[in-house]
Formats: sequence, structure tokens, C-alpha cells
Amino acid sequence: MTGFTVLLRKELLEQWRTTRLPVVATVFLLVGLSSPLLARFTPEIIKAVGGDQFQIVLPTPTAADAYDQLAKNLGQFGALIAVLLAMGSVATEKERGTAALILTKPASRGAFLVTKLVAIATTLGISMAIAAAGAWFYTLILFEPLPLAGFVAATILQWLALVAYAAITFVGSTLTRSALAAAGLGVAAFIVLGILGIVPAIGRYLPTGLGAPARSLALGQAGVDVLGPTVATVVLIGVLVGVAWTAFRRQEL
Amino acid sequence: MAPITSPTASAAMTAPAIEASGLTKRFGSILALDRLDLAVPRGSVFGLLGPNGAGKTTTIRILIGLARPTAGNAFVAGIEVGLDEPELRRRLGYLDQDPRFYGWMTGRELLELVGRLHGLAGSELRSRVDEMLARTGLTAAAQRRIGGYSGGMRQRLGIAQALLHRPEILILDEPVSSLDPEGRRDLLELIAGLRGEATVVFSTHLLADVERICDRVAILDRGRLITEGPLEELLAAHARPIYRLGPAPGQGATVAILVDRLRAAPWTTDVAVADDLVRVTVSDPVGAAAGILPLVVAAGVVLDLFERARPTLEDVFLELVGPATADDLDGRGFIRPREVSDR
Repeated sequence: MTGFTVLLRKELLEQWRTTRLPVVATVFLLVGLSSPLLARFTPEIIKAVGGDQFQIVLPTPTAADAYDQLAKNLGQFGALIAVLLAMGSVATEKERGTAALILTKPASRGAFLVTKLVAIATTLGISMAIAAAGAWFYTLILFEPLPLAGFVAATILQWLALVAYAAITFVGSTLTRSALAAAGLGVAAFIVLGILGIVPAIGRYLPTGLGAPARSLALGQAGVDVLGPTVATVVLIGVLVGVAWTAFRRQEL
Repeated sequence: MAPITSPTASAAMTAPAIEASGLTKRFGSILALDRLDLAVPRGSVFGLLGPNGAGKTTTIRILIGLARPTAGNAFVAGIEVGLDEPELRRRLGYLDQDPRFYGWMTGRELLELVGRLHGLAGSELRSRVDEMLARTGLTAAAQRRIGGYSGGMRQRLGIAQALLHRPEILILDEPVSSLDPEGRRDLLELIAGLRGEATVVFSTHLLADVERICDRVAILDRGRLITEGPLEELLAAHARPIYRLGPAPGQGATVAILVDRLRAAPWTTDVAVADDLVRVTVSDPVGAAAGILPLVVAAGVVLDLFERARPTLEDVFLELVGPATADDLDGRGFIRPREVSDR
């Protein structure tokens, strides 16, 4: 991992300078703030728009609805953003020639790859933390406080799922010279994993399987199996990094 | 008392800085490099010459570990080249023919990044970065984003990053291609100044540059090494001498006789008259040296000028490679590579 620290510093600076981190953090913050608001006011909005015409009894929204709204929004927007962040990370550098600039210096290909994924995971992590803080605070104001430790743990699990989507896209970005092809792989994986996630035997060991334990943790429910899906997702990310590295170390630039 | 040097250390010092053996590179049916053998002595300034598409960049890309040879191997600074060899890169400085950088970085930040990757830190890093910015005339632009640099500025930044860590071996692919005449002169002086300190390999199709600073030259054509050796030896061995005769005015008839006799001489290949000068290209320098003046005297021509022009690298190049015909070129003006059957 020659050059790891130097390259990580460069990658993190790049996340900031190219405004990826500020933009993603802002989007996530908006998602975090709007989720409890939507949960709280959706029944009133429906009622105001056309409530007279429908005989629908909407249940009174709760803090659990606020969390579900947040999880759904982050699961969709977040996954899309994870794909967008990872799609060009290696492919664009290969295509532009900047990968050759770095890799003709004393930097290993492993360090080149891993620092990129770590930087993406950091951007997602910071953004996720901001979104979670906003959502927790608004849930407190509009509903009731959710258990803080459980909410933090749930956020970490959701972040892990996003990192897995980024890692899948990252493999695509490493294998090809096309950011678009990498994005295609990321989106396809999102859809396929979503479908496989319905199958109970498989679903709990996929990144989509992190949703259920995360919900239980956020709402303070007991008897949650966190370990299985967490370990499975971490292993998946590790395998994906291994695949990317194995392919990249043999590639001509 | 003379210092004692171990046989291994001594061999390492005398071993070539770069050694390639049977280097071959195929792209499908295209043979870009054909069994190239190359030895670049330590401390030399080595010119890699050839028309566009000759295999210069392919050779360089293999030597710096950006491409893999299909066959053969190469050693740079005693290390076998490979795609993931950080130790090799520690010893190398490299400049691409079209250097690409991160547009969001400033020039100074880029040099600091490269310096840190080479293990420089603190005051040493700062002073080396300042020195290289000054040497390449980029001090005023150091805090500007590279995205706003001109092509020439990017080339100079590329030179700065290649030299920053005082590399043992410097490999430059068409280093002067985007530079203005002043920048070109400065860079050539910079490279010439490295003679003895570092081994410099640079590829170009600008023969005058090579002639100015290189002490050894290799000429490639369609992936094959045509010749390699010290510049002076190549000039002596391959360049055909040219004599220029300047007859005094008013000798039209006798000059015509002289030209006819020169054309008939067995040691000439071409006799041309232009701008009151007779230009004689010879195939046999010894025969020409002995025979040319007697022919002038016998024709009764009085000369204002008689000189044996020093052969140039261009003469050698044209002798060995020959001018490209329209059939040799592809649509981009590159020499068409050789196609071979897939094996």
C-alpha cells in the first residue's frame, strides 16, 4: 500500500475541492430534514388536496413513520448518489490520463484504488451523519425522541449499504474505461439486489437486508440480528475491492 | 588509497541504466514493437528517434510500467519493469507527451503531491517545489488551478514533476512538443545539464533537438530498431557527405561541364545546381575526397566556395528510414504499423 496516506489526503481534498462532499452533504441534509416533515404532514397534505373526495382514514403519523420515510429516501437517493460518486472514480482517471500520472510515481495500485473507495465512503459517511442528525432533530421536534444510540447504529448500517452500492459501481469503474458503463452496473446491481432482497433466505445477507435491523435499532426494538447482515455486507465490500484490485493490477494504462 | 568497491556494486554501477531484450508488443494483428534490444548507458542522454508510429511511445510505456510487453523483458535501474512496481517508480522521472493533471489542483499542490509520493517532506519538499517552479518559470502561476494552464505551462509543470525528486533515470516522451522556442531551448539546456547526473531517455521526431543534446541515439521504424549507437559514430557510418561548390560568377559553360563530369563519377549519387551552388551528394566519401578537386581543376572552374558539409542526423535518418511515401501513412499522418497474422 505504498503511498496510501498521501493518496488518501489527495482523494479527500478532491472530494471537497470538486464540491462533491458539500453537494452530497447538502442533498442528504435536505433528505434528512424533509423526511420527518413529510411523514408528519403527508396526511394533512392529502386532506388539503382532495380529502373531501376520498373516504380514507389515515393513521396518525408517528416517529416510526418519520424513520421509515428517512430510510426509504436515503435508500433510494443515497444509493443513486453512491453510484454517481463511484462511477467515474477510476474510469475517468484512466480515460483522462491522471491514473498514469499517479501510477508512474511510487504509489501502489492497491493504494490508488483503496484510497478512492475510502474517500467515497467518507463523503457518504459525513453526508449520512448530517442527514441523520437533521432527521433525528426534526423527529424530536415533530414527534418524540428516538433512542440516540440505536439511531446512530441504524445510520451506520444504512451507510454500510450505500458503501456496498458504491463498491459495486467502483468495480465497474475499474473494469472499464467508461463511467457510464460503471453506473449501469451500479444501477443494475441496485435493481437485482432489490429483487433478491425479497427472498428471505438470501435477502438478509444482502445490503438490502440491513434495512430491517437498522429499523429495529432506530426504533429501540429488541432482538435484532445485526451481525449476520453486517458481516455479509462487509465481506461483500471486501470481495468487491479484491476483484477491483485483481483486475486493476493487470491493466495497461 | 583507492576505495574498495565490491564486484556486485561495481557491476551495478557499470550496468546499463536501461536494458531491454527482445521487447515485443502486439495490439491484435498490429506489431507495434518487434524484438527490440536496447541498452542505455548510465549518465547518457539518449535519443529515441523515429517517425510517428515507429514504436517510441510504446517502448516508453513498457519501460515505465504502463504497458506489458507481449514478449521479452526490460530492466530499468536493475529492476524488471512491471505494471505495479513502486520501487521502480522511485528511481524514475517521467513526462508524458501530453501530460495530464488534476485541473482542481494548483501547480504547487501537484508538485507537493508528487514530492510526498517520492518521500519528500517538510522544508526539503518546500525548497524542491520552489526550486522546480522557478526553474520551469511557473512561480507566478504556482497558486493558480492547473485547469487554467496553457498547453506550454502544463508541459513545464510536467517537467517540474518529473525532475522534482532528482531521479536517477528520466524518461521524456516528446518533451518539447508543446513548448514555444524559448521554452524548448530552456528545456534542452536543462536536459543537457543533467548529463552525468542522471540518465535521460527522450523520444522525439525533431532531429535537431537530438543532435543538439544527445550523445547516443536509437532509431526506430515500424517497431524495429534500425540502429543504435553514439551520435558521432552514426553520423560517420551512415551520413553521406555532401560537398558544396560555389563557382565564381561568369563560368556557365565550364560549370556545366563540371556538373556533367561529377554526375558521371562513380562516387556521386546526386548533383544538383541551385542558387549558384553545386551540391554534390556522394556515396563513397574516400573516392569523393580524392576525386572531386581534380575534376574541378580539369574543368577549369574557379571556386569562391568549397566545403564539405557536416552530415546531420537528418541525413542519417533519411538514409536509414527513408522519406515516408503516401502509402506509408495512415489518415492521421502516422506511419502505418506492420500487420502480422495473429498467433
